[in-house]
Amino acid sequence: MSVLENVRELLRAHEGLKREVYFDIENASFVPQEVVDAMLPYFNQRAYGNPTLTHKPGWEAFEAIMESSQKIAGFLGCSVEEINFTPGETEANNLALIGTTLMARKKGGKIITSQVEPLSVINVVDLLEKFGFTVEKIPVDRDGFINLERLKEAVDDQTIIVSLSAVNHEIGTIQPIKEAVDIVKSKKPDILFHTDASDAYGKIPLNFKDLKVDMATISSPKILGPRGVGVLYVREGVHLERILEGQIGTQRLWPGVENTPLIVGFTKASELAFHNFNGNVDYMRNLRDKLIDGIFEAVSDVHLNGPRGDKRAPDNVNISFLRCEGEALTIELSLHGVYVSSGSACTRRVLQPSHVLVAIGRRFEEAHGSILMKVTRYHTDEDIEYALEVIPKAVERLRGITGSTVTK
Amino acid sequence: MSRSPLPYSKKILELFKNPKNLGRMEDATISAVAGNPMCGDMITFYLKINDQDVIERATFESYGCAANIATSSIVTEKIRGMKLEDAWKISWKEIADEVGGLPAVKFHCGVLAVGALRRAIRAYYKLKNVKPSWLPDELTFEEKQALEEEELAERLAKRVGVVEEGS
Repeated sequence: MSVLENVRELLRAHEGLKREVYFDIENASFVPQEVVDAMLPYFNQRAYGNPTLTHKPGWEAFEAIMESSQKIAGFLGCSVEEINFTPGETEANNLALIGTTLMARKKGGKIITSQVEPLSVINVVDLLEKFGFTVEKIPVDRDGFINLERLKEAVDDQTIIVSLSAVNHEIGTIQPIKEAVDIVKSKKPDILFHTDASDAYGKIPLNFKDLKVDMATISSPKILGPRGVGVLYVREGVHLERILEGQIGTQRLWPGVENTPLIVGFTKASELAFHNFNGNVDYMRNLRDKLIDGIFEAVSDVHLNGPRGDKRAPDNVNISFLRCEGEALTIELSLHGVYVSSGSACTRRVLQPSHVLVAIGRRFEEAHGSILMKVTRYHTDEDIEYALEVIPKAVERLRGITGSTVTK
Repeated sequence: MSRSPLPYSKKILELFKNPKNLGRMEDATISAVAGNPMCGDMITFYLKINDQDVIERATFESYGCAANIATSSIVTEKIRGMKLEDAWKISWKEIADEVGGLPAVKFHCGVLAVGALRRAIRAYYKLKNVKPSWLPDELTFEEKQALEEEELAERLAKRVGVVEEGS
């Protein structure tokens, strides 16, 4: 049987689900209908032209992109010129790191990041190391907080850029970015500071001017916008080279024709996140805690990965279930309509589990049994209750299969 | 390298949902373990063997993914009523075929299941202090692979540094 046939069989096994709850926002989000509705006219009714060309559909596109830049700049507390649309978080992080080092014709120097960054930072700095740059990855504590003392020691005369995410993508740790920027800049003001703020945007208050970062990444799907668009904020005066070449349009740092519908969708998703920001955050935090507390009440031998309370992103739930393998758990939950991801090595197709969970000192067997869920303002109390009905049963069944193979 | 959505076969899904011969066997003649929790992949087989060296019953416990559970389950079904000499000859490829094929990244699950079975057979003869002529001295491919996976996980886990307390 072909791969496609097997997948179709897997899908048939899901027929007749009484409820479906999607929590895997980390790996790909659904796009709410109101965002889709905002995008639709831009495919073929208006503004479908190239925003750099001299005709009505082009000028309409220019207007739509500029208005989007203005709105997003407003949410970030920066100026329109500092907003650069890219095709996503991965591209924005690559642009920030490669555009200030390799493409800026730097021959060497030190790049500092942490052990818990997303792979679009970790894999890029590993690549830059092969090109002669020195890389240091700062360790974190058991809740995932950056060790600021180690950061202070790491920053030296050779350092050219520091990249630390504002909120951890897997375990929701809200990092002390302001303190980190102060440490770096007080040692040497011309060291560039980049933050991947994708998991912070729309989740915690953010103002890049106050934070004094030089560059910051935000991403559309992380706030339920369409995938395929993100922003690299670049503070005025920061020197950054393009990493791709081609026809340059309205975005000086990314060539090619702007994708107006996606930009409009990202902007609409931002407006929805920032309209009643505090209400949204409280709503997510409430569902988050209900989910965490409910699991802790119903299931024994569990660990919360990342901090509890206000230092945790309002949407993030990451829990390790001992004696229960994570990939098996994702499949078992899927068969019951609850969609999550796992830090298990199996879902990552390598022997090592999630680098973030390893960095916070989780034993491999704890990391293998982890699941990651993110709640949104579109989730309801009933969704959480359904998840709390399904998850304990799934864990119990799989622990039954584990039996005495793994002891406490 | 690219990733696909782990297209498990219908048979794997069936055995994942309803594994056969699951659970610890209290009166087992012999048991053997392969893999370890660090790999996220671990199997225990329990065999009830009669005095003609025939496997009367086999059960398993498995800490692992759906492929791990399914391959373990199929091994216990396949070896029931088999002479140990015949059970020894089962290869991981046969197991993979019987579960309707394994995705490439899951080959090691089939290998681990066969590795665990062969360990159990070796352990049985060691216990009896008998060495049948068909039992090789050298470890077979599946046994070596199981050992390598266990060692690799140990090494990777050791390489991970100490994480500081508090914040």
